[in-house]
Amino acid sequence: MTRIFVDKKPYEINPKQNLLEACLGQGLDLPYFCWHPALGSVGACRQCAVKIYRDEKDTRGRIMMACMTVPTPDMIVSIDDPEVRDFRAGIIEGLMMSHPHDCPVCDEGGQCHLQDMTVMTGHNYRHYEFEKRTFRNQYLGPLLNHEMNRCIQCYRCTRFYNEYAGGEDFGPQKLRNLVYFGRAEDGILENEFSGNLDEVCPTGVFTDKTAKQHYTRKWDLTFAPSVCPHCAVGCNISPAERYGTLRRVVNRYNSEINGYFLCDRGRFGYEHVNGKDRIRAPRAGQNAKPVEITRAEALDRFSSLAAEGKMIGIGSPRASLEANFALRSLVGAENFYAGIADAEYALLGEMLAIQRQGPAPATLRQLEHADAAFVLGEDVTNVAPRMALTLRQTVRQVFLEKIEKMGVPRWQDSAVRELAQNDHGPLFIASTYATRLDDVATGTYRAAPDDLARLGFAVAHILDASSPDVPGLPAEVRAQAERIALVLQAAARPAVVSGVSTGNAAVIRAAADVARALAKAAKPVSFLLTMEEANTLGLAILAPKPLGQAFEAAKAGNAQTVVILENDLYRRAPAATVDALLAAGHVVVLDSLETRTTEKAELVLPATPFSESDGTLVSSEGRAQRFFSVYPPVGDVQDAWRWLRDVLGLLTRPEGLSWKNLDDVVEAVARAVPALERIRDAAPGSKFRIAGAKIPRAPHRFSGRTSMLANIQVSEPKPPEDPDSPLSFTMEGAPVEPPAALQPFFWTGGWNSIQALNKFQEEIAGPLRGGDPGVLLIEPATGSAPGYLNTVPAAFAPRPGEWLVVPRHHIFGSEELSARAPAIAELSPKPYVALGAEDAAALGAAEGSPVEVKLDGATARLPLRIEAGLPRGVAALPAGLGPLDGITLPIWGRIEVTR
Amino acid sequence: MWSVLRSLWLVLLHMFQPRFTVQYPDEKPYLAPRYRGRIILSRDPDGEERCVACYLCAVACPVDCISLQATEDPHGRRYPEWFRINFSRCIFCGLCEEACPTYAIQLTPDIEMGEYNRQNLVYEKENLLINGPGKYPDYNFWRVAGVKIKDKDKGEAEREANPTDLHTLLP
Repeated sequence: MTRIFVDKKPYEINPKQNLLEACLGQGLDLPYFCWHPALGSVGACRQCAVKIYRDEKDTRGRIMMACMTVPTPDMIVSIDDPEVRDFRAGIIEGLMMSHPHDCPVCDEGGQCHLQDMTVMTGHNYRHYEFEKRTFRNQYLGPLLNHEMNRCIQCYRCTRFYNEYAGGEDFGPQKLRNLVYFGRAEDGILENEFSGNLDEVCPTGVFTDKTAKQHYTRKWDLTFAPSVCPHCAVGCNISPAERYGTLRRVVNRYNSEINGYFLCDRGRFGYEHVNGKDRIRAPRAGQNAKPVEITRAEALDRFSSLAAEGKMIGIGSPRASLEANFALRSLVGAENFYAGIADAEYALLGEMLAIQRQGPAPATLRQLEHADAAFVLGEDVTNVAPRMALTLRQTVRQVFLEKIEKMGVPRWQDSAVRELAQNDHGPLFIASTYATRLDDVATGTYRAAPDDLARLGFAVAHILDASSPDVPGLPAEVRAQAERIALVLQAAARPAVVSGVSTGNAAVIRAAADVARALAKAAKPVSFLLTMEEANTLGLAILAPKPLGQAFEAAKAGNAQTVVILENDLYRRAPAATVDALLAAGHVVVLDSLETRTTEKAELVLPATPFSESDGTLVSSEGRAQRFFSVYPPVGDVQDAWRWLRDVLGLLTRPEGLSWKNLDDVVEAVARAVPALERIRDAAPGSKFRIAGAKIPRAPHRFSGRTSMLANIQVSEPKPPEDPDSPLSFTMEGAPVEPPAALQPFFWTGGWNSIQALNKFQEEIAGPLRGGDPGVLLIEPATGSAPGYLNTVPAAFAPRPGEWLVVPRHHIFGSEELSARAPAIAELSPKPYVALGAEDAAALGAAEGSPVEVKLDGATARLPLRIEAGLPRGVAALPAGLGPLDGITLPIWGRIEVTR
Repeated sequence: MWSVLRSLWLVLLHMFQPRFTVQYPDEKPYLAPRYRGRIILSRDPDGEERCVACYLCAVACPVDCISLQATEDPHGRRYPEWFRINFSRCIFCGLCEEACPTYAIQLTPDIEMGEYNRQNLVYEKENLLINGPGKYPDYNFWRVAGVKIKDKDKGEAEREANPTDLHTLLP
């Protein structure tokens, strides 16, 4: 720590940060534009000027840019000096010269960094009397709106999009005061993280186009601390509601996971909640004419079915731990089945066992600070998108370290990029098909899943000869393995990433062996395994029986009633198998959206989507995180665990009476499952109060309270109460900073934009005050090092006339919920089957021509797509998309040209 | 005793003074144009809705009696999809008018809003929107703001240069 004096007051600051970060971290207000905590300093906008004095006798001082200044011990700084204040006001007047006088119709208004900084500097009158420069806007796709007139040329967008996120279809054009930020021509932004431009842009050039459809100002939105339901990474989000519908999703900082950025699936996938597919009332009767019934009637029918005969329950990887546990309590652990395809479930069991033995899963922050990475058999961008953005920063670590050794601080962004040029740190990607990270990879290897595993085992063997050797490995693959092993060996903090997307256990075992070999060499290895859905790991920890056994139980007549929790079984197993299960007995489905499964149900109970319910999710890194409802459900919709609790009550079971609110269920889960004991600490319980008051979900500026419902009834209704959390649904409550796990939104005096975050961190870009939310459930194993998994598979051998069909994940479309959001659906690919160029030529089929795909007894006609990188004998189908989405991949199948 | 008689005398004298009481409603009082009475939404000189649904009136309202929802026409002109004022809560403070950046919301010298049923005091957009510019006949927000709408392209607002041609590097 170093002491500096700002306006004659002493402050203890971290000397590794620049002066701007140091000042902001101390809670001082200093305007800035081009600096961003994740992007570093370039000193372009000249806004963060301060005065620096040589010593106490120096009365004149000199104006310096805080973001480019290294704080030195006993430095004397002034933010408040009149001359420097005038300087900053002058800079902003220059920036505002051509600003288009459209705040009232700008989506950024009310959460605009430019507005905040203008007010902060005191500039309020435009002296420039001449013409404003104007620009034409571009169409940038269904996610972002473009309004170039508002630009102040801070260059943050291109620094994020091109340099941080690796986008190539966007950039600055023209010169002088006419610099234009856009694409070469109108078109959809290609990068999967483009949505962050909405938060990175300090003004309204890039704004959320989905929010524009139902625009609401930040001050009118009701927020809640939540967790993204669209993949297993567990990014923290703040979804926002107005007038009973979800309006947008903004990032909720968590330094261990998502930091400042979200992926586009997480940011724009929320609209499934508002869609026509929502189930709003309980209904009974199938196929013929389902009739809407009341909650009491529904519970009555449910309880009589429960009393009638044997009941089985099928859980869900997208439902909370509490909902899954409630179902397990209703049907009994012996009748509780995983709502995941058997192959994937077996894989999960293996992943969980590997992680429990060690190395324990790393966080994204640890991955970011790794200095070499090896991705084995995973398409990170499409399965765990946020992790891909982190990997792009991993490849910069070597340069950050190098520049620090040269005496230049790591926040000197342009210096770091100058040093790195177009070079990247070591990142090896071994995958079945080309990935979006290949452009920063030092080496790539394309092969069938089994061959990927062999490469992994070979790397492990080179790292540690006591791990199994791979017989018959081709020389060039061995050379590749040696190269990878050499780099991982040389690295101080290597990282290994693998996951579910190949569906191949050997790949995961190979990755584990590499990580274990590195751990044995006493390296702090970051080992990450991706999973598919928000609570996949949580469901696996509850240890349900495999889904296949549910089908068998139904066949054997042991399932008079099937209770399905938030799950579309047609995505988990072939249609014929699911049909047989659903025809075998009575079917009760609890879900928030209409699916093929709810169509077949005898009783459908409307459950709440993530935005209307509370619960706990376990992310792929084993972090249990609580998410809270943004607004209460309407009508007979209620949390899945409440439906199940009510039935338990009618069956006079103790849980039915004792589970009064979420706390009780959390407590029951923690008691029943030792591995989940710590979920109690994921967030404070519902009794938590600050000075006797709840925490408001709405900002103190919330408007329209006495008018929004006046068309229905002029007397205002009592505000809804929230029994499950210490948050209130209104603006009323303690006006102080809550614990990080309960922080609904970031906003502080004078800082209306998301940049207010600076005031909530322990230090800039550090953890939130009081620690980042969530508890890690998988602790690093102690004791003896785990052994190697001696299961080297045989080399992949293509079969004549058959293809190994592997899943190809898509960030837009492969995930069930986000695919229902219109903006995401627009970006989702149409169903296809992909073959390598050679295989397609051998088959005699051209790009786009229809081919017949025969898998596991099912047949579908799909257009052919030629993917250059696919190995021979391997075909790819989009995961979770199209007519064959129920078939568990990989699987051998036939592909024929239709005549 | 003296004071009682004096009071009686003074009251008697008042009988011959001119009357202050106005015989409302037969006789209407004069209310200045800037009197703070019934709130209206005005139109700009082109006859289009002035309100751009910026939500500033709603947030300025101390009793939170204004609510609205923004929407856009196909050409990018923003307007309120619906706009509601609950006059049973309104205190006629005029802060909404002060907050309005487009002179759309205005208070008028009309005070005759009494209702027997409180529900009738909830005014929707069709009850609020008038067919003229109200107190500010000339202002037109869309002619000043640098956004494109129907019949007004980029560069056609006040003090705007023509849109930048990205394909030339000439100064």
